[in-house]
Amino acid sequence: MLFAQQSRSVRQRLRSLFASEKQDREMQEELRQHLEQQIQENIARGMAPDEARLSAIHAMGGLEQIEQQCRDARGSSFLEDLLQDLRYGIRQLRRNKGFSVLAILCLTLGIGANAAVFSWLEGILFRPYPMVVHQDRLFAVAERVQGESGADVLSWPDFLDLRRNCTLCEDSFVSKITSSTLNIGDRAEITTGSVVSANYFDAIGVHPALGRGFEPNEDSGNDAHPVVVISYQLWRSRFKGDPQIVGKTQRLNNVPHTIIGVAPEGFYGTFVGWAMQFWVPVSMESTFSSGGYKLEDRGARWVESYVHLKPGVTRAQAQQQISAISSQLQASYPTINRGRSIGLWALWETPFNHAGELLPTLEMMVAVVAFVLLIACANVGNLLLVRSFVRRHEMSLRLAIGASRGRLWKQLLTEGLILSALGTGGGLLFAYWSRHALKLFFPARSGVSMYLPGTIDARVLALSAGVSLLVTVIVGLIPALQLRRLDLSGPLKSESSSVVGAHSGAWIRSGLVIFQVSLSFLLLIGAALLLESLQKIRTADPGFTTTRVVTTGVSLVAAGYSDAQAKIFQDALIDRLRALPGVESVAHARVTPLGFKAFSSTPIAVDGYQPALNELPTVDYNQVSPDYFATLGIALVSGREFLRSDDEKAPPVAIVNQTMVERYWGGQDPVGRRVQVKGRWARVVGVAADSKYYSMREGPKPFLYVPLRQDFDRASDLNLRTTQPLQNILSGVLREVHALDPNLALYEMITLQERVNRATSPQAVAVTLVSMLGGLALLLAAIGLYGVMSYAVAQSTRELGLRMALGAGAATLLRLVISRGLKLTAGGVLLGAVAALALTRLLGNLLYHVSPRDPAVFASALAVMAITAISACLFPALRAARTDPARVLKN
Amino acid sequence: MSKPSDLVQGTLDMLILKILALEPMNGWAISQRMKQISSDVLGVSDGSLYPALHKLERRGWISSQWKASENNRRAKFYSLTRAGRKQLEKETANWNRVSSAISGIVMLKEA
Repeated sequence: MLFAQQSRSVRQRLRSLFASEKQDREMQEELRQHLEQQIQENIARGMAPDEARLSAIHAMGGLEQIEQQCRDARGSSFLEDLLQDLRYGIRQLRRNKGFSVLAILCLTLGIGANAAVFSWLEGILFRPYPMVVHQDRLFAVAERVQGESGADVLSWPDFLDLRRNCTLCEDSFVSKITSSTLNIGDRAEITTGSVVSANYFDAIGVHPALGRGFEPNEDSGNDAHPVVVISYQLWRSRFKGDPQIVGKTQRLNNVPHTIIGVAPEGFYGTFVGWAMQFWVPVSMESTFSSGGYKLEDRGARWVESYVHLKPGVTRAQAQQQISAISSQLQASYPTINRGRSIGLWALWETPFNHAGELLPTLEMMVAVVAFVLLIACANVGNLLLVRSFVRRHEMSLRLAIGASRGRLWKQLLTEGLILSALGTGGGLLFAYWSRHALKLFFPARSGVSMYLPGTIDARVLALSAGVSLLVTVIVGLIPALQLRRLDLSGPLKSESSSVVGAHSGAWIRSGLVIFQVSLSFLLLIGAALLLESLQKIRTADPGFTTTRVVTTGVSLVAAGYSDAQAKIFQDALIDRLRALPGVESVAHARVTPLGFKAFSSTPIAVDGYQPALNELPTVDYNQVSPDYFATLGIALVSGREFLRSDDEKAPPVAIVNQTMVERYWGGQDPVGRRVQVKGRWARVVGVAADSKYYSMREGPKPFLYVPLRQDFDRASDLNLRTTQPLQNILSGVLREVHALDPNLALYEMITLQERVNRATSPQAVAVTLVSMLGGLALLLAAIGLYGVMSYAVAQSTRELGLRMALGAGAATLLRLVISRGLKLTAGGVLLGAVAALALTRLLGNLLYHVSPRDPAVFASALAVMAITAISACLFPALRAARTDPARVLKN
Repeated sequence: MSKPSDLVQGTLDMLILKILALEPMNGWAISQRMKQISSDVLGVSDGSLYPALHKLERRGWISSQWKASENNRRAKFYSLTRAGRKQLEKETANWNRVSSAISGIVMLKEA
């Protein structure tokens, strides 16, 4: 029987779910009939029709309430309640359009900022390579060198040994960024591509849209397989989408390559930050970089590689096996591999692309957008609270007729859900529109198409849904706090609206405002610290002139020049360029500071310097031509520059920097003394001032220079010191290069200041994003403050009127309201400052020569906050000051 | 508007079951019969009758059906189910036990 009862009840509930509309209609019909019969009976008793109707309704005691009670008695399902609440909630939102628009806008911004950052994290760090399969199992492979920070890459023979012995790896492949001159028609352009292992396209699960990928034998031989797969964009833009492209020939670095395939649309290669335009097999490596044939050279490290782990294999298990293979390689080839261990890097830490550069910025952004979201939630919560005061009567009544508090909570949560769902919809649109926004922060450069896509996939959607759920709970529960203090006599008591301030429940709203102010103050301080860092780092003196020096390069390697040809070309070019108007001096250098290229490094020995037992003194050095120091504006403290006579036939010479003098010669002028570089003794001919080499943040480090002719490299940069703006001399330089050889291309020409700016672009991204979001947070906090003060003023018009009647002037009331607003602000600022002292240290690497507790930064953030707070309170205060005592008291 | 107390609530349920045990009726007839037999003493309002009917129906003690009424209009008729009859017997027995105990106490002669 119990079962029968239950099953009946279940059936009833099911029916009530599907047929609730019908049941509702039936119930209303039943009640209507009852009412009619009562009316008829009343008329029969001699009442007038109107009176009869009124009396009947009175006897029933409110039709709508009985209906609701019948529904409650019948028992309704969760879904039915939900549908009813949804309908009700949407009606409520449409009734208060201003409120709804403001709340949804706040949530759209808050959730949108989160979704955008999630999509960047996904698209740049976690799943950076569109169309590539199994990125969850994909890791970068590189070497750690004992005693050095950072990572080095593998040699091809070591990579092959790793691939052969790694049984936990499903596959492993090489993808090494390179560039090439591309001659199409009369245009020679520089474009970026990858040197890849033959299994590349199979391993990443990408199949060419036209033609084929590489075949296994194309991995071996010296320049034996001049074949190329081109990108879809290149095919469309440069080859006009030619359907017969496969089999045609294209010169890359002056070597004719057969185009064997076109990559599918939407595939950009495997390099975070840049879109690749072509792929060639590793057998062609020496065509694309200097240094000769490297496939059989275990000492030549150039292989940027990845592995897919087998399904179910953990990173730790794979690392264990790879470490064992690495130990074996160290033991077998001690002179080459000693102290080098091969390791796995997660994709977002990949040491050989832009992922690592953006990681700290994006990490910080996660925290920043979470703050913005919380501020937005507080705003919406506040708006809902105001409304819940208005709805107090309705809520109390529903409690009185027997609705449970749980039922009311459910309704408030449903209203929160509607708001957050609309906000999430808007937020996802916002994220979709801004998914490529990061790219805008990086300056365009020739030959490279930046590619920093946000990706909105299932994981980003799920995370956004999670955020939205959180928002639902927060904005639903804030007004529910108010519900707790609601009792049955609630509607009877009038709200005691005392002085602008302390009426019941005001503490929640004040608390929310203090919370908002503190978070936005924290963001303001963060933005100010980052801004100051960026200014300092960009204007810091790197030890050379940045504004009047331009740097570029000539594609000698790509054009197939030998060392001997390159030397003749370089001398001739320097003579021609020097004669150009506006050019003060010209010099070559193997590496120009603050770029991507690495300096050479050498163990050194110094006469009279006794190294400690375990010390092997090693310094980085650069190969530079005559006039290098004059061109870059690096001061010579002592001695002379290199001369043309310091060539390969002359005795070796060197110039050292000041830090090196301090360390190895005890500060004594070393000119005329000897230093051993790469096993050869060289005479020191000069001392150069310290400068920056790799990055603006590095401290002073020992460094030396040797003449380019005595340690030659064809792939050298060209630097010019000019009196003219860059664009004025560009055509002249190009003309002189083409006068010597029309097949050569000029690499992008930029000032050294531009180089500094690019090297610090992650900081610039951080500053821009944090400033934008900080501004947004400030705006939201101002809205919050404005809302609270406006409501407080509206609630206490009676009191304000009384005060005025008792002689308080408009100025007094103005002061009263503003001082109350400033009190809330002060509370928030205090909390925010405490949080800032604790948290800004986490900015760590993004700060440059700025203390996280810089008083000037705190002071300026305080000023901005105070101005914002006063403007937010001004309108409510003016309204208070305009209170008309006569009218208020009459009411 | 306060909730009817449990005693009244329980009593109301029993009265409805008892009335329906005689014959199926619609809501209006039940309310008229209720006023008639209880001589308005219990003061059952029409407002509480209908929620009680819906509750009893949900519990499976009564069932409903739309039928033509005396004046040839469709109306919702309630009738007692088997479970309802058993419930009525139980409640009647219970009521008798309680009321005889109470009247026993009330009838005690004050010495």
